Amino acid sequence: MSVKTALPVGHEAIRDKGLFLAHKYLILRRLSQAFFLCLFLLGPWFGIWWVKGNLSGSLTFDVLPLTDPFILLQGIVAGHRPEMTAILGATIVATVYALIGGRVYCSWVCPINAVTDAAAWAHRRLDLPKGWQPKRETRFYVLGMVLVVSTLTGAIAWEVVNPISMLHRGLIFGVGFAWTFVVAVFLFDLFVSRRGWCSHICPVGAFYGLLGRKSLLRVSAEKRAACDDCMDCFAVCPELQVITPALRGNDGDIPLILSPDCTNCGRCIDVCSVDVFHFTHRFDNTPAPGRARAKPKANKKIGKAA
Amino acid sequence: MSANKTSAMDPARRRFLQDAARGTAGCAVAGMGLMWMVQDARALPERAIRPPGALPEADFLASCIRCGLCVRDCPYDTLVLAELGVDGAATGTPFFDARDIPCEMCDDIPCVVACPTGALDKGLTDIDDARMGLAVLIDQETCLNALGLRCDVCYRVCPLIDEAITLERRHNENSGHHAIFMPTVHSDKCTGCGKCEKSCVLPGEAAIKVLPIRTARAQSAEHYRLGWEENTPLVDEIIDLPDRLPGPGTDNLAAPGGFEPAGAFEPTFKLPTAGGAGQ
Repeated sequence: MSVKTALPVGHEAIRDKGLFLAHKYLILRRLSQAFFLCLFLLGPWFGIWWVKGNLSGSLTFDVLPLTDPFILLQGIVAGHRPEMTAILGATIVATVYALIGGRVYCSWVCPINAVTDAAAWAHRRLDLPKGWQPKRETRFYVLGMVLVVSTLTGAIAWEVVNPISMLHRGLIFGVGFAWTFVVAVFLFDLFVSRRGWCSHICPVGAFYGLLGRKSLLRVSAEKRAACDDCMDCFAVCPELQVITPALRGNDGDIPLILSPDCTNCGRCIDVCSVDVFHFTHRFDNTPAPGRARAKPKANKKIGKAA
Repeated sequence: MSANKTSAMDPARRRFLQDAARGTAGCAVAGMGLMWMVQDARALPERAIRPPGALPEADFLASCIRCGLCVRDCPYDTLVLAELGVDGAATGTPFFDARDIPCEMCDDIPCVVACPTGALDKGLTDIDDARMGLAVLIDQETCLNALGLRCDVCYRVCPLIDEAITLERRHNENSGHHAIFMPTVHSDKCTGCGKCEKSCVLPGEAAIKVLPIRTARAQSAEHYRLGWEENTPLVDEIIDLPDRLPGPGTDNLAAPGGFEPAGAFEPTFKLPTAGGAGQ
């Protein structure tokens, strides 16, 4: 910890890099999320049918079929043998995310991300307690549960409650009372559990995380020696346990964030005033000296608490 | 005693078992709730008719990914995706309300072609083979034809006129000397498109409605034999039953329609003729 820890999150980054560069990836992500949503809205709003369908399944330019692999997997365990179109679509989606980064879906595409980010922002501003923090593995239990329930009921189970498709389909096809699920996620993240939904519960994120275990796009803490312990990256990161191994690593360690939990949101890059982090690929083994540490034990403690 | 046992266990192992038990128990509770919601989602309302080629409801919820591509390719905006808490059908699944917009029975069946998963069965290539539901003349008290008027609209609009709906002539008991042309649906031809329900002239609800097959049809009683549908006689050797001839020796005293041999039978008492007073 340093004196800078007490400063508001992002204070130094805004001061040193300016408002835009301190929010560069945040803005890019919002644009990306809006882009993917608008692609689907072009048809119903303006009659431009480049993309039809929604995130569960779509057809682009009447040739490219895309299908959510997690939804299709639930259908398969529920006993349905899908047509080739859906299998092809799911394979394309799975391959792309497995290559780029599984949870890139979460931070660059998923429409719920803006909702939970808003909840996290409000949570920070209101200085609320972090609340119920279930174990990180909880989402894998939920993932297993969804597949078991799909098998037992013979139906695609998660789509009954999935806030992602509720919101996305709702915006494109008509929402009904599906917005209640979105509000529920917001309130859950704000008052019950900080970063609760996306980082602890959501089985869709868990599935994409598993897909992207060996994906290419990675954040590196290459300039970790420059870290001044302001802790802002830990404050903004939705999966803050992924930072420690890279940032607090020793001289010999490769400074890549290799955890499949990392969503590649890039907020740590934004918020760091000394530019410790940057995007790179998983085979980037540029050596990076660790930080000069006066009290290694104290640092270790911080890492664990985070 | 138990304290000894627990302390004997490796702490890491103990913690793992505890976490696993917590996770499993939590998921069991949540999973039961989810199962209940999934079962609840199966309650498809009678008004919600699935698109042509839709798999039976139990299979449909395993195969439909709720992408809405069938809705997008429906040229008549017949199909819609169910909205949560508004339409009753499982959230995001396609259906139509025939009274609102019926299925126009496109020859190329674009909704089936659009379906990526096979929830709408690609085996359906002739729209006349579709069985989305079955039209039923559900209110025979208000149907104009059933009252003896000539509305005939459901019959006229039927894409399979004289096959799926016929007008069956019968005696009109109300007037005594008119006919009733009863709209009659034949399940072997009706596709359940709902054009009859849409065009029923009655205000508000239609007298003829498309119902899901599961509601509209009863299971036939296999153990009853329908003699008129069978080529083989009921009893071997007997191909016809003897006809009773009207005439003497029977109970047709005045022999209406029967034959009366001349002089064979003369009533001893005759009704007095009124001499036109009562005519």
